[in-house]
Amino acid sequence: MIALGTCHLTRRFGGFTAVDAVSFNLLPGARHALIGPNGAGKTTFVNLLSGALPASEGQVMLFGQDITHLPQHARVRAGLARTFQVNQLFPQFTPLESVTLAIGEREGQGATWWRGARHGAEAARLLDDLHFPEADRTRPTAELPYGRQRLLEIALALALKPRVLLLDEPAAGVPPAESREVMQAIAALPRDVAVLLIEHDMDLVFRFAERITVLAFGAVLADGEPDAIAKDPRVREAYLGTAEVAHG
Amino acid sequence: MTAFLSVLLDGFASGMLLFVLSVGLSVTLGLMNVVNLAHGAFGMVGGYVCVVLLNRMGVPFPLALAGATVAAGVLGLVLERTLYVRLYRRDHLEQVLFSIGLVFVLGAAVDWFMGARQQLIQLPDWLSGRVEFWGVGLGRYRIFLIAVCGALVAALHLGLVRTRFGAQLRAAVDDGVVARGMGLPVPRLFALTFTLGSALAGLGGALGVEVLGLDPTFPLKYMVYFLIVVAVGGTNTVIGPFVAALLLGIVDVLGKYYVPEVGAFIIYTAMVVLLLARPHGLLKRADA
Amino acid sequence: MRIALHALPWLVAIGAYFAMPEQLPLLSAIAIAALFALSLDLLVGYAGFVTLGHAAFFGLGAYVAGILGQQGWGEPISGLLIAAAVAALLGLVTAPLVLRAGELAGLMVTLGLGLMLYEAANKAAFLTGGADGLQGVEIWPVFGAFRFDLWGRTAYLYSLAVLFVLFLLAQLLVRSPFGLSLRAIRENPKRAAAIGIPVKRRLAAAYVIAAAYAGVAGALLAQTTQFASLDALSFQRSAEGLLMLVLGGLGTLYGALIGAAAFTIAHHTLSEASPQFWQFWLGIALVALALLGRGGLMGALRRMTRR
Repeated sequence: MIALGTCHLTRRFGGFTAVDAVSFNLLPGARHALIGPNGAGKTTFVNLLSGALPASEGQVMLFGQDITHLPQHARVRAGLARTFQVNQLFPQFTPLESVTLAIGEREGQGATWWRGARHGAEAARLLDDLHFPEADRTRPTAELPYGRQRLLEIALALALKPRVLLLDEPAAGVPPAESREVMQAIAALPRDVAVLLIEHDMDLVFRFAERITVLAFGAVLADGEPDAIAKDPRVREAYLGTAEVAHG
Repeated sequence: MTAFLSVLLDGFASGMLLFVLSVGLSVTLGLMNVVNLAHGAFGMVGGYVCVVLLNRMGVPFPLALAGATVAAGVLGLVLERTLYVRLYRRDHLEQVLFSIGLVFVLGAAVDWFMGARQQLIQLPDWLSGRVEFWGVGLGRYRIFLIAVCGALVAALHLGLVRTRFGAQLRAAVDDGVVARGMGLPVPRLFALTFTLGSALAGLGGALGVEVLGLDPTFPLKYMVYFLIVVAVGGTNTVIGPFVAALLLGIVDVLGKYYVPEVGAFIIYTAMVVLLLARPHGLLKRADA
Repeated sequence: MRIALHALPWLVAIGAYFAMPEQLPLLSAIAIAALFALSLDLLVGYAGFVTLGHAAFFGLGAYVAGILGQQGWGEPISGLLIAAAVAALLGLVTAPLVLRAGELAGLMVTLGLGLMLYEAANKAAFLTGGADGLQGVEIWPVFGAFRFDLWGRTAYLYSLAVLFVLFLLAQLLVRSPFGLSLRAIRENPKRAAAIGIPVKRRLAAAYVIAAAYAGVAGALLAQTTQFASLDALSFQRSAEGLLMLVLGGLGTLYGALIGAAAFTIAHHTLSEASPQFWQFWLGIALVALALLGRGGLMGALRRMTRR
């Protein structure tokens, strides 16, 4: 069984092909990283998977179900959650409200209008699990330090109890002093969730991933176990001449 | 048949006029992404300046037109530098409120000084009356309108395509961020364009007193027309809004002449249908 | 303390009934304006969806209730419900059109639809009375007992009661998961979709609810004045609704009430001086509110109480 698969997935912007016939498989419970130089099409690929962008060609399958034409919210219902490279949060909401809202939507109670929200306790438990400081849970999100906002990104995705989780550079821009709780959260992700990590930080990638796919110019350049990828001359070549340095 | 041709030509002339009135708005919306519902107010100001110069001060008609153009342009420049400039980064609700407010203020001021009645102007002799071509009677003023507006269309088109300013403007409309990155003087482009657009609206308002009428409700009455021209015509060329304005003018005049019982309903319906038919047309970029 | 604060506007409203018996028509106008502003608040303030054609629903409600009364069905409560249903139906039909077009184009579609309805009512004089307005509306006593009197006592209490009930309903709505999801869409539609909120469907629901509310407000106007006119459908009314909202404070239900009261009283006082005077100051207020930012009177009140 394949958790999330694509078949010749393609996205063009005018004459430019950002994602070029990518076929890719994510297995259940996988710890899979997607890497590639800047402009390789990683974020576009994630947007195609999550449904934020429609595909020009090809298919996206979630546990055997064709979700290529499903809108974003329906993919979430089917068990696919994501985080964003650049924080996409509700600035005036408190973290507790945001997570409560996400849980309510997961439980199909988002259209309930006759009573208040009921998932405050579960939201608090989830934030406990992520070691989200008590004092920050009831402040407006916009006032929180950046690292804590990144943690909330992950919390919102986890609140949806996904079967497949797409993490788009979860640690990007987090100052070292704040990065520990984000790293902890990533390390503690539930084992039964298939995780696709899009990341530049090679330390994190090689610590986390059991399998790595390399994207360059919108196409799959290499795919395999971390050791094989680290030795692959094509991968080294793709990274040379860019600002990235592979630590692995 | 000849009656039909006459009406058609009337529509053509009012379409030309609509173009001059609304071309500035298409740039404001495309370049600055500002919902400016007050664009017609510049036309109204131009109209009233023309009326005052012509009727009260006895200035010759061409000079009155020039005065209207300059007055509306100066007003546009002042308002852009003092007020509009604060709105570029605000959301659409604030832009809507601001521009409606501006319409109310200018309308009330005009009403206070000039009264609520329709303004009339006495055209000079050389523009009054009709001439006949092959049995089709044409108002001289309509011919004058078509000539003046046609010359403006050509000038604007060449200006946009041939000059450095035009190239910068097109680049900025296409992608403001890139244009800024390339070091284009975007704030100055905004101010110049806004001034030019307001001046053209002022000229259109002055030319239109005889055709479209003029009273303090002018900006609201014609707001939809301007919006249609922009919505249908696009923002990056002169030809798009021009064709849209012509079609609108012709449909409007034909409708009012042949099916007056339906009235403005046709125009509003056309607006909604066109917006829905081209939701990913020009306005999409302004959304992004 | 909190309960006292919540009760305050309603106590003031009831107190006004006894304190200003000669101003009852103005008070009714405030209650109706407040309901209209409330309906806009649900859509614009909570869901963040700007419309320029909300008067369409207000006017439709007014004409539906008015025509019912004119054609021999003057029972007020059922008149309100029918008006709400018809307005909601128009909302349901137009919501996909408005939402399909995207933000800026959608704004213009709301404007176009509003103007279409105005023109349609203007031309369908056989039904609406055209520019003369709808004459001969007769409304029966409320609950068969309270006759609409010349002084406007019944009219005011009736309007206030309807406003109160719908205010409570709105309060329930905005505090529910549904209301929370609307605010989430306003705050960040991208994230809202990513946590599984069907954004367009929720916005459509908000649009329909707001349409029904506006329909009731219009129906109240027609029933209490026994008259409906094109004014109810005008662009001016849509714009005034937005102004009341911004004046009072977007996204707070009490803001809608306060904004409507302040606006209606200012309108009443200033247009006695002269209509141009009123229009001028209305315009200045709009420009100032747009430039000075959000919060309105409610924001000012909060800042004062926080100190």
